[in-house]
Amino acid sequence: MTVLIDLILLAMLVITAFRIIYIKDLFSVVMLFGIYSFLCAALFVTLDAVDVAFTEASVGAGISTVLMLSTIAITGRKEKLSLHSHTFATLIVLLTGGALIYGTFDMPLFGLADNPVHEHVAPRYIETSPTEIGLPNMVTSVLASYRGFDTFGETVVVFAAAIGVFSLLGVRGKPTELLAQEQGLTQHKVLRVVAKISIPLIILFALYVQFHGDFGPGGGFQAGVIAAAAFILYALTFSLRKAVGVVSPRFVKYLAPVGVLLYASVGLVSMLNGANFLDYNVLAADPVDGQHYGIIIIELGVGITVFSVMLGIFYAFAGQVEKANVQ
Amino acid sequence: MSALDYLSAALLLLGFIFSLSGAIGLFRFPDFFTRIHASSVTDSSGAVCIILGLALQTNFDLVTVKLLFILFFLLLTGPTGSHALAKSARHGGLLTIPECQEKAKDGVS
Repeated sequence: MTVLIDLILLAMLVITAFRIIYIKDLFSVVMLFGIYSFLCAALFVTLDAVDVAFTEASVGAGISTVLMLSTIAITGRKEKLSLHSHTFATLIVLLTGGALIYGTFDMPLFGLADNPVHEHVAPRYIETSPTEIGLPNMVTSVLASYRGFDTFGETVVVFAAAIGVFSLLGVRGKPTELLAQEQGLTQHKVLRVVAKISIPLIILFALYVQFHGDFGPGGGFQAGVIAAAAFILYALTFSLRKAVGVVSPRFVKYLAPVGVLLYASVGLVSMLNGANFLDYNVLAADPVDGQHYGIIIIELGVGITVFSVMLGIFYAFAGQVEKANVQ
Repeated sequence: MSALDYLSAALLLLGFIFSLSGAIGLFRFPDFFTRIHASSVTDSSGAVCIILGLALQTNFDLVTVKLLFILFFLLLTGPTGSHALAKSARHGGLLTIPECQEKAKDGVS
């Protein structure tokens, strides 16, 4: 049964990928990318990787769709016709694809118990993390404690992306006078009422995902994206000006490094206590308690950074759209 | 199998039929408005049936409550999405088939 579901999902994935290649209308392409991400999320669920599925659904299908749509609003929705021939590119793609498929023949069979991935560090995590860290959700233990340094790197990468976008597009501190006219979907009364009902629920759900990440699927990355989605929904239905009034771009700009610094400061505190960087055992008298404190704080740092970066990038893109509309 | 299992199976089957008819309608109906009608109505009713059918399979604990939350959210967002889509199409000047025919007739005479 699982094989059948896997096959159907993979077939749909391939069909979607081919549609993405051949469709010239970029709006449809963005929608298909969203579908592609949801199919990936469904595949991750069948592999029992709910945390990854959660991230894929919220980041891949949610936020990146919105960001790509706001890019299309600036650039136009038709793909440019390319006049030169594709022979060389096709050749390279075929060669690379062939090499990759040839490489899969050397890979171990899917799901075998003695695969290398199951024999390296995974048994140690599974055996000792209940006593060493004691969190019900082992994914969070691995992500935030054993692999805390990698997660720190990911958070810094997210922050670096924000720096890149801000330095290219710029985030204005306050909306210009040109944007004074009322915008947003004034025609859509139903949409506005439903958005008003659902925005508090979305923020509540984001907080639940943030602080329940130790016990169930979820954590800082997903929570930050969901919280940012609530504010983006507000900006889309009620106008950018009102959203900027609630959370100003300047605030977002200062909030983005706060999360990274919070994460790093946990590492520094553990160093001051005489342990290695990001070794949470020394944060409290009991090592297990110390692990819990450390994980909660660094997840909060991740959540803050991801939230502000996502919202900041949306502000930067939407600001460009409004500027283009005014001119 | 208990009575609840039968009821749940019936609900799941009903939801499946609803979803399938919605998908068929999406492909077979002639224009945008009839298509969105087919997909939105059957989506909502299919979601209600499937989630109630799933809820009957739980032990009536936190999972049931979560499923009901999902149902509430789907009932809130699904029809809203369809409404917004149809209204935007209308706003953008898309006409129904009878209106198109009338316009064509006016153009001829």
